Amino acid sequence: MAADGFLRFQNVAKSFPGVRALDGVSFQADSGSVHALMGENGAGKSTLLKTLSGVYRPDAGRLVIGGVPQTFRSTADAIRAGVAVIYQELHLVADLSVEENLYLGHLPNAKGWVNRRVLRENALRQLASLGEDISPSTRVGRLSIGQRQMVEIAKALTRDAKIIAFDEPTSSLSAQETDRLFRVIRSLRDSGRVILYVSHRMDEIYALCDATTVLRDGRHVETFPSLKALPRDTLVQRMVGRSITDIFSYAPRPHGKVALEVDGIAGPGLAAPVSFSVAKGEILGFFGLIGAGRSELLKLIYGAARRTAGTVRLEGRMLDALKPSSSIRLGTVLAPEDRKKEGIVPMRSIAENLNISARRHFSRFGFLINPAMERQNAEQYVSRLAIKTPSVRQLIRNLSGGNQQKVILARWLSEKPKVVLLDEPTRGIDIGAKSEIYSIIYQLAREGVAVVVVSSELPEIMGISDRIMVMRSGKVSGVVPRDQFSAERLLNLALPITDHEDTRVAV
Amino acid sequence: MTMPSPNLDSLTPDVLPAGPVRALSPSDKANWLRGLWDSAGMAVILIALMVVLSLTVPNFASVANFRGLALSVATVGMIACTMLFCLAGGDFDLSVGSTVAMSGVLSAVVSNATGSVTLGVAAGLGAGALVGLANGVVIARIGINALITTLAMMQIVRGLAYIICDGRPVGIQSDRFWGLGINSFAGLPVPVWIVIVCFIAFGILLNRTTFGRNTLAVGGNPEAARLAGIAVTRTKIIIFTMQGLAAAMAGIVLSARMTSGQPATAQGLELQVISACVLGGVSLTGGIGTITGVVVGVLIMGVVNNAMNLLNIAPFYQYVASGAILLAAVMVDRFKQSYSA
Repeated sequence: MAADGFLRFQNVAKSFPGVRALDGVSFQADSGSVHALMGENGAGKSTLLKTLSGVYRPDAGRLVIGGVPQTFRSTADAIRAGVAVIYQELHLVADLSVEENLYLGHLPNAKGWVNRRVLRENALRQLASLGEDISPSTRVGRLSIGQRQMVEIAKALTRDAKIIAFDEPTSSLSAQETDRLFRVIRSLRDSGRVILYVSHRMDEIYALCDATTVLRDGRHVETFPSLKALPRDTLVQRMVGRSITDIFSYAPRPHGKVALEVDGIAGPGLAAPVSFSVAKGEILGFFGLIGAGRSELLKLIYGAARRTAGTVRLEGRMLDALKPSSSIRLGTVLAPEDRKKEGIVPMRSIAENLNISARRHFSRFGFLINPAMERQNAEQYVSRLAIKTPSVRQLIRNLSGGNQQKVILARWLSEKPKVVLLDEPTRGIDIGAKSEIYSIIYQLAREGVAVVVVSSELPEIMGISDRIMVMRSGKVSGVVPRDQFSAERLLNLALPITDHEDTRVAV
Repeated sequence: MTMPSPNLDSLTPDVLPAGPVRALSPSDKANWLRGLWDSAGMAVILIALMVVLSLTVPNFASVANFRGLALSVATVGMIACTMLFCLAGGDFDLSVGSTVAMSGVLSAVVSNATGSVTLGVAAGLGAGALVGLANGVVIARIGINALITTLAMMQIVRGLAYIICDGRPVGIQSDRFWGLGINSFAGLPVPVWIVIVCFIAFGILLNRTTFGRNTLAVGGNPEAARLAGIAVTRTKIIIFTMQGLAAAMAGIVLSARMTSGQPATAQGLELQVISACVLGGVSLTGGIGTITGVVVGVLIMGVVNNAMNLLNIAPFYQYVASGAILLAAVMVDRFKQSYSA
């Protein structure tokens, strides 16, 4: 289809207190094409989608759809204008049926009485058009994530959406579900709709998208009308503002004596006892699929879950830590997997989150806190780890994921730990912040700290580990030293033995 | 663009440099202004309210009236201090009104029976602490929802209050006991001194101790707090025990003021206390709360009630007014949040 610029952003700007989220963004997307929106976290993609969906009103600039300038006062306005945004967290009512969700807000009715028969017929038709055979009477709560996404797409179609935007749609889909989604997106494109597609996964962008727009720090960097013959490095460089070839910049270090010795540890989430040891200065990676038992293992070591057998020694001393506080006191710390749920206290400040544990070191009599020292400690780490914030009193929930993670790391660095357990330390973090976190990990190792990293990202775990233990279904399936790292070998150890297809690894 | 690269010279310094405090950047100032509005918005409303009432309500602006006002908020004030911890810690306590009645009655009975005010007071405080401890253990260790637990406890303890005195008010014989409610010291009634001390002590506890900061973390995100090494269960049990103690103290002082232990007193007090906290900006979902906010919340409620009494407004209308004020305050808060989000 012709490059018609059906959807145009013209100098769109939006600010929040202390942040310029969008700074005069202009670009256009054509009907009949899948247009990727790329950029690091905090680049402005989400804000852009929210101005498109009517959640935010731009401070300046405007949206033009099909040649008509739009001012959305509400999400309802955007829906009327033919915009549908499918967010990562789907907006469906779990307790209602599929058909009721599809026509939520515009159920076929006569004077308020719902016409069930028409509803059922329409729903069946919409689902069939996507090639879905979900029963319209199923409760949405019983559907898989992939199916729910299809329902969300069908819902957009019932409203005759001309522009459909997807925000990281594959983050919790299996490979098969992703393939299905891509087929559906392509058919939506072929029917002449504008598709906006936000993702961090390069493979997907290249497989699916026709054009791409790169944002950085709320500004439009460049729009590439075609992805053919566009090198990945170029794209990454536009996103980050520099080349990223040396993102891992691994260098071997000398290892010291054994720091952490885990012997026959068992507990919930593990199918067999696990034993291993980590030396001072060593970075030990744990690779495996989600649910392979790696996070559970870390929590058992840390004392956040109750172990049923086994011992943990820290520098030869038995660590009978059955709760996190004793682990911390002895020098083992854990940065958990789910930052939002397990890491941060969102409505408290950076300083508060950072000093949550270490404040006891500078409290008088162990309980009277020292505000000056706390502030100093926080400010020091904010500058050392380059945490982007106007002040340590900023609420942590206002930071980007990468900066939140740095605060969590700072929380544990202030404890001067001997063993650092990191569970998916860079999940959902943009490339720039990732490489900064790797530098922090290397620096810790150089200082003689034993580091255990759990990651599902193959390039990452291969990039930073000295040695990788692979887990599969709650057991250790192999140990690979650095000189034998290969994606194939690691994947073979990680994948369920029967099924080699159903797994993708993020790049 | 150049990425700010972390300064990794040493990540774990042994000595913290005693650098000068950074100058305020513009955004710091913006934050500070917003912080002022966040924390002092209600205080401004309180002051405006007092100015208006002084000008319009006869006898409002008098020393005698302010003393009466202070006395009238003492009970709510004492309990609000610990309710602050309870709410900020992510929980809820509906049993305080019953605890006030029960401990007042128990103190009266024990002090009459033994002839010792000390023993009476100790019995009341002990019983209150036990109620709080029971709440805390059931909620934090067994994991029952705080609303249900304290709703049940509210009824159990109210029942106990009636059982202790067989349903009849117990006149207190000792005039030394009365003194706890009636005597004055340096021009202020004893209950007012007690509530002032409570505000200061719990303010220090919240702002300047690890326990206070842990409370906010536990309320803000219990799982994160646990993984950061905070003893979540213990923190919650301590909070509820303190809450029981504070309610008992308020109950004893109240019975002293009435010179009798009344099993039917303080019905619905828990809601007044929670209202005052919410007026003061304490979050019902935990993690947010300040002592100054609570002081302001308590005073706003007190001032409004006091003015309505002076204006001879019938109690029925006062209920409506109190509810409306609470609702308005919460809506203002809501508006403030969506504005700053």
